[in-house]
Amino acid sequence: MKFGILVNEGPYNHQASDTAYQFTKAALEKGHEIFRVFFYNDGVNNGTRFGVPPQDDRNITKLWSELAEKHNLDLVVCVAAAQRRGILDADEAKRHGKDGDNIAPGFRISGLGQLIEAGIQADRLVVFGD
Amino acid sequence: MAMLHTINKSPFERNSLDSCLRLARDGGSVLLIEDGVYAATKGTKVADKVTAAMGRMKFYVLGPDMKARGISEDKILDGIQVVDYGGFVDLVAEHDNVQSWL
Repeated sequence: MKFGILVNEGPYNHQASDTAYQFTKAALEKGHEIFRVFFYNDGVNNGTRFGVPPQDDRNITKLWSELAEKHNLDLVVCVAAAQRRGILDADEAKRHGKDGDNIAPGFRISGLGQLIEAGIQADRLVVFGD
Repeated sequence: MAMLHTINKSPFERNSLDSCLRLARDGGSVLLIEDGVYAATKGTKVADKVTAAMGRMKFYVLGPDMKARGISEDKILDGIQVVDYGGFVDLVAEHDNVQSWL
């Protein structure tokens, strides 16, 4: 079965991203397909590679990046939500005259249409938020 | 049309359990996750309400979230089934759609 995942909360301030990650991992282990993981609102904060949590804590962004690499996942960050919160890839940084980008490996920035498409293409859309 | 309802808030913090039980159709299922697992415990003020709803809906609770909050299986209300993340995935696949009560 094809799943779409929506994450509406950032890491460490709420359990939503952890639960979404564990759900996604379990679905892949069961042989399901993850059509897309869409990060919206504060959920875009999952997509910065500049986070440095303590060594004995989980690194949520890194967990997503590693899962994406292993399973070729499509991790999409909402562009409008990302710009407000300073999540930039190289193109966006250049467009807005910023001196660097911080998007984590495996994540890409795109529009809300990607969420709509996930809702249409996936058999189930599962929402994780606060 | 069987719907899966996920509830991630404690019933002592927000009214998402009440909203869900008021609006959900018979024959659906409720999965208690994150702080929602407190609604699955015995002896609380919502225990009777949850038990009464079991007559028309199935109830599940996410085991890892119980464990993270120090709730052992013997404290869970009779009739509520404990599932792991794989069981969460199965429930989503078995139902026609999922409503997250945030």
